[in-house]
Amino acid sequence: MDSALIPQGVKRCPFPQFALWIGFLSIFMLWAVVAAGVAWIKGLNTTNLNDYFGFGAWITADLAVIALGGGAFFTGFMRYILGIEDFKHILNFAVIIGFVCYSSALVILGLDVGQPLRSWFIFWHANVHSMLTEVAFCISCYFTVLTIEYIPLVLENRQLDKIPLVHNFSHNLHRIMAVFAATGAFLSFFHQGSLGGTVGVLFGRPFGFREHFAIWPTAFFLFIISAMACGPCFTILVTRITELITRKKLVKQNVIAKLAKVSGWLMVAYLALKMIDTVYWAMVTLPNMGVSVMDMYPESPFTIWILIAELGFCGAIPAIILITEKGRNNNFLLVPATILSCFGAILNRYVMTVQTLALPVLPFDKFVNYIPNWVEWVTSLAPFVYLALLISLSYRYLPVFPQEKELNP
Amino acid sequence: MKEEHKEGAHGHKEKYKYGMVIDLDKCTGCGACMVACMTENNVPFRKDESNKLVSTAWMRVFKATNGKSYPDIDVCYFPRPCMHCEGEHGHAPCVSVCPATATDYNYETGIVSQIYTRCFGCRYCMAACPYHARYFNWWDPVWPDKMEKALSPDVSPRMRGVVEKCSFCFHRFQRARDHAYAEGRREIREDEYQTACTQACPADAIIFGDLNNPEHKVYKLKKSPYAFRLLERLGTNPKVYYLSTRSWVRRAGDNYLAGERSK
Repeated sequence: MDSALIPQGVKRCPFPQFALWIGFLSIFMLWAVVAAGVAWIKGLNTTNLNDYFGFGAWITADLAVIALGGGAFFTGFMRYILGIEDFKHILNFAVIIGFVCYSSALVILGLDVGQPLRSWFIFWHANVHSMLTEVAFCISCYFTVLTIEYIPLVLENRQLDKIPLVHNFSHNLHRIMAVFAATGAFLSFFHQGSLGGTVGVLFGRPFGFREHFAIWPTAFFLFIISAMACGPCFTILVTRITELITRKKLVKQNVIAKLAKVSGWLMVAYLALKMIDTVYWAMVTLPNMGVSVMDMYPESPFTIWILIAELGFCGAIPAIILITEKGRNNNFLLVPATILSCFGAILNRYVMTVQTLALPVLPFDKFVNYIPNWVEWVTSLAPFVYLALLISLSYRYLPVFPQEKELNP
Repeated sequence: MKEEHKEGAHGHKEKYKYGMVIDLDKCTGCGACMVACMTENNVPFRKDESNKLVSTAWMRVFKATNGKSYPDIDVCYFPRPCMHCEGEHGHAPCVSVCPATATDYNYETGIVSQIYTRCFGCRYCMAACPYHARYFNWWDPVWPDKMEKALSPDVSPRMRGVVEKCSFCFHRFQRARDHAYAEGRREIREDEYQTACTQACPADAIIFGDLNNPEHKVYKLKKSPYAFRLLERLGTNPKVYYLSTRSWVRRAGDNYLAGERSK
């Protein structure tokens, strides 16, 4: 039925099967649209957010998808700036993942503000001292870059490519893509860092505040490195899931292994710096504020185990697997390692936002709990369904994986 | 009266530095300050105000105890308006983070204001404030029948989706200044500008004035050996001082490590 649109030389499942899959995903997306509509029309009183938890599931989801989508900028950086040719075989896919992550982040940000129609005030009345201003500018610009990076792939669709104007436009876009990759990398380094900075500058919140290095809090640098480490892990994980669902090998193992190795060593670097940062925070920053490190982990779910889970189970273990050749070449170790790495990044973003707010600072204030409601859960999880939807469509109709034909003769 | 402008830590010429001194030994926790504040500033309320996590109170009275059981228990009430922090370099925690410049530090008065029509409700300022002095409008205000006619015409009501907070009754400052100018004066007398909570307190526990002006009561009171500010160690540099002769109350105003001596 849609065979004229499918790239030549590759096999795809029958259209009814595909339509059923898309229909299934669309139902969840429709649910998310309803949830978003409820929040937009009725206001944020439809969520479980409150004056103590001004930030909740949405900010966690925002920070998490931006970290996970970091594979796009970092793979582009390695391919175009460092000239590592192997990564061109996975770059298209990383761009799609990045596009989904950043568009989701923008929509979630639009949900999370009380007056969405005034969101443009952040550009019009920009406060240059605010980390959030930098985040807004960089994310918006980088999303534009990702769109420009995604367009040539869309234009490579078999039918679109037949149009001479489209073909030439796409070809010329490809030729200048290094410029956009460099721009994207520059913007990403800044906004990934600024997201860490948004919490790191809160000197009224001992859990989140970090000492400054030059003009930036240390969380600025840690967020950049963790996104560089977990972004490629998420790209590998989604590639493996796509291969599992399509029952095809789509990217050669040497490419995956190289990406895993880079990710692994970045995780090692991140863990080392994070340890130093945590020790300094515990030994110097917190005592100066009159609190001890154990005051920061008072009760469930914010016990010391959350730190051990983040740095140990979701940090050290995947790092060891990824830096060892046997580990990264064994799917039974590689996939769990990427899952742990991604979960570690999500956990880090969660504690840096929600735990920062959860801990009362006034000695006579009380600890309150927060559990997101269905509106927040559905819209926070929707990016993953949206990712499945866009990957399904792109994989079927666009030449996403350059090595697919060779690997599946 | 102060003749010349003083230079603040931020390098700007500061004409006034309005602030409060709250005597906790006098406060009975009656809540009159909260009621006066709500009335004066058109603070919205709902039929069911039992969930305090979504209820707005620019002035909120916290209750603290010495942690002992009867008969040794001692109770203290902490009225908490916005602290109008000056920060270390003139950057209050909330002012520097607001991405849309919707919250502003007024260098003439030292008052931290909120521009409701510019706020787009990101709530970053709420995350930055350790005092929980900022409130989000989760709902549009709905006033009981005929109450709209009793609203203060000097304070604009806030719509759903924006953050609001105590303004030290800034409209009263504007009114007092207009009055002084009309009389050919350039300075405002102490009694001409007083906040609603100050005037409502039956125990006279809240004193308001210019912290820089030696003729104002707050100038002397803030120098009392019993004076302290909330969470001073964080570097927020608040303009609200508290007084108490009870050492456990002064200790309750900040965080201390076990075994560490308080001021």
